Amino acid sequence: MSLILSVTIIVFIFVVIFQIAKASEYVSILKGEEASRQQNNKINGFLMVAFLVLGFVGIYFCNKIYYGKTQLAQGAASVQGEKVDEMLFITLIVTGIVFVITQFLLFWFAYKYQEDKNRKIFFFTHSTKLELLWTAIPAIALTILVVFGLRNWFFFTSEAPKNALVVEVTGKQFGWIFRYPGKDAVFGKKYYKNIDPATNSVGIVWDDNYSKDDILTEQTMYVVKGTPIKLILGSRDVIHDVGLTHFRLKMDAVPGIPTTMWFTPLYTTKEMREKTGNPNFSYEISCDQMCGNGHYSMKGIIEVVDQEEYDMWMAKQKPQYFTAFPEKDPTAVPVAAADTTAKASTAKM
Amino acid sequence: MSHEAALHNHEGHGHDDHGHHEHHDTFLTKYVFSQDHKMIAKQFLITGMVWAVLGGLMSVLFRLQLGYPDSSFPWLESLLGKWAKGGQITPAAYYALVTTHGTVLVFFVLTAGLSGTFANFLIPLQIGARDMASPFMNMLSYWFFFTASMVMMSSLFVETGPFSGGWTAYPPLSALHDASPGSKTGMDLWLISMALFVVSSLLGGLNYIATILNMRTKGMTMTRLPLTIWALFFTAVLGVLSFPVLLSGLILLIFDRNFDTSFYLSDIFVNGVGALSNEGGSAILYQHLFWFLGHPEVYIILLPALGMVSEIISVNSRKPIFGYMAMLGSLFSIAILAFLVWAHHMFVTGLNPFLGSVFVLLTLLIAIPSGIKVFNWLTTLWRGNIRFTPGMLFAIGFVSLFISGGLTGIWLGNAALDIYLHDSYFVVAHFHIVMGVASMFGMFAGVYHWFPKMYGRYLNNSLGYIHFWVTLAGAYLIFWPMHYQGLAGMPRRYFDFSIWESFKQFADLNRFISTVAMIVFATQILFLINFFYSIFKGRKVTVLNPWEANTLEWTTPINPGHGNWPGEIPEVHRWPYDYGKDGHEFIPQTTPVGADETDTH
Repeated sequence: MSLILSVTIIVFIFVVIFQIAKASEYVSILKGEEASRQQNNKINGFLMVAFLVLGFVGIYFCNKIYYGKTQLAQGAASVQGEKVDEMLFITLIVTGIVFVITQFLLFWFAYKYQEDKNRKIFFFTHSTKLELLWTAIPAIALTILVVFGLRNWFFFTSEAPKNALVVEVTGKQFGWIFRYPGKDAVFGKKYYKNIDPATNSVGIVWDDNYSKDDILTEQTMYVVKGTPIKLILGSRDVIHDVGLTHFRLKMDAVPGIPTTMWFTPLYTTKEMREKTGNPNFSYEISCDQMCGNGHYSMKGIIEVVDQEEYDMWMAKQKPQYFTAFPEKDPTAVPVAAADTTAKASTAKM
Repeated sequence: MSHEAALHNHEGHGHDDHGHHEHHDTFLTKYVFSQDHKMIAKQFLITGMVWAVLGGLMSVLFRLQLGYPDSSFPWLESLLGKWAKGGQITPAAYYALVTTHGTVLVFFVLTAGLSGTFANFLIPLQIGARDMASPFMNMLSYWFFFTASMVMMSSLFVETGPFSGGWTAYPPLSALHDASPGSKTGMDLWLISMALFVVSSLLGGLNYIATILNMRTKGMTMTRLPLTIWALFFTAVLGVLSFPVLLSGLILLIFDRNFDTSFYLSDIFVNGVGALSNEGGSAILYQHLFWFLGHPEVYIILLPALGMVSEIISVNSRKPIFGYMAMLGSLFSIAILAFLVWAHHMFVTGLNPFLGSVFVLLTLLIAIPSGIKVFNWLTTLWRGNIRFTPGMLFAIGFVSLFISGGLTGIWLGNAALDIYLHDSYFVVAHFHIVMGVASMFGMFAGVYHWFPKMYGRYLNNSLGYIHFWVTLAGAYLIFWPMHYQGLAGMPRRYFDFSIWESFKQFADLNRFISTVAMIVFATQILFLINFFYSIFKGRKVTVLNPWEANTLEWTTPINPGHGNWPGEIPEVHRWPYDYGKDGHEFIPQTTPVGADETDTH
């Protein structure tokens, strides 16, 4: 009912606008082409300046309302992120100046030089001097941006420091799997045909002795504040992307081709909760590459904690090997079996 | 008599004879299987408009979901059935809508609809030719496009839905039937449709190039061509060199999907299916092939608009375009650079960082020719005598949007910022402003400006003004705030943000954007009414040259027949931008250079 009503109203509005427009066309024919063109020029010339002024006012208010909701207001949570933010501001200033000048000139010229019977146009076909000027100035501005940009780019993509905490991240439709190398600090080999969603979600090769202490977790990853974190990214099925908004980084997770990224977190999750005043704050991993119908819900969490808390957490983790082969677990107690089935059922989800 | 003139005379005769047959044209040969470039242009335009409406409607539907994720609209269920159970769009439908919206707007509307329309319409008319080099190939080009359209349309009615993995169709998602329902039959149809589309665009492009190079009238040297023609020429060259690469990429994808090859596939375990046997392929290879077309493609979309806007601004400022050669040079360098920047879409794929840095440099270089164009347009307006026809308004709007969207390109082209902003709403805002809306404005400018030549009638001015101002304001209201969403890291292609602590603060803004989007869409319907009403009932054009322009198309009769000029093709004596020269309001290209005329250009 309401649909029919709103459609009727819209059609009615259209008819009214159309009739007015037709009428104004007849009026302009009566007035003569010259006169009606002058009137149209006046109106549109005025609207040009009005749009310019309202536009800048609009930009001011848009910034006032929404700046606080962006990441820039909150501040970056990694060393890399701070450099990104710094570069965002430099780029904003450079492009902002160009934006204001060119938009102002565009709408101002449009207003100022609207048709006037008495004006003789300035016959001006080219000027090598001017053209060189506006080739050179942008070139200089761009050089500055490129230099800053590439310096940061090479830093972001550089080899992670030797003391980095290494975590392997595997994307799947639609969730994240994290693998820690365990005490030996070396990942066991993996082969995708070994994947078993219940007990071996990334396809670890159990024959490899390095694999025996590898630890698997899903959805939540623990890392240490102030320590460089190196992530080795991969995917089980389609291309995903590890988007770390608060750390200002992202990198694709591609099946068959490992990629890496590294960053140094500056605040623990708890500190960030205080800093943002949001008790629900968490470092969310968003999937930033279209990966299927569940793409929008492919969320992971990074818990940034201090070393002590990390060690406590790590101590509680059990190597995946014992989950896959409960009979080999030296600490095996009957509860472990129940634990395994619970884990298997979540994995299946 | 020179050889050239003899040739033209001869041609004139041939076509005059042909002109006699024109009267016996049946409905089928005149309106359907027409070989007249003007009719083919109209076919492209109207098919493009149909797709623009459908694509726009799709965006309204998925904006409804983004703006009102908690509401249900029972009428949606009556419209979409199982795709909107309970009146709410499902994620599958959402992704299908987003994907189809992107595909049809990029390829069917802004490629076929824009350059298909104006290359066909303007090239013969502005260079002084009776028709295209091969009218038959031209007709085929349209019918391949039409067939591609039909196949794409049919994919909307497949049980598993149309393809839903984004318009870029990255494998493995697009290669694996079981990765997504949209990757089943819908994807096969998508691939067939795109392959047909590539054929269409190649037939068209080769024709445009051949026509521009070989069929210019006497005196029409390359540097006397209007900038529209130059822009359409570079567009065609880009298309001819890059579309085959896309086709090769698509063919490999067809092989991976159907014949168990492993070009793009390796180490894959699909939920519910298990490990696949494919090993050794590279999913990134497809992205290189795709973006080798994909980046030139955005210039294929943009260049015709750049050309038409240059022409329209000059005509309506009553002033020569400033820096013709610089405009030409910048078009040329944009066309060259278009082929050297594709990997800036791939900064975060694990690309070699050194390679990335080269692409940063080349990408930011594009800002220089783009800047030259903007400053030259501004100088053209400066001390002109501007007439605000609706076409001129859209041209000015285009420049504004081109500046706004172009500048954010400098952000995204810098890899160190892209690593944060990639695939966020910042990107959505950027490419919609600079490629989507700006090119759309170029298209509107072209339609308003050349409508009198197309149909011998005027569009209604007042409706044009309303259309322009609402659309310009609406475009900024929709896409400006999206930059802020992007700076909050909000990823694109999300069905629902409410489960994300980091992104859910924009619920109000999303509702606002969706509302504006609906108003802007409704305003486009106003344009459609104006367009179709004016074809039949618009005010009649009574003078040959209503805009007092210099170019050749305005020397044809008000309703030119097949062959364009009833007598001989006019000869050209000057460049097309002699406005306000030596006290003359305008001097058409056909006017011989006077003895006492100052020497310019």
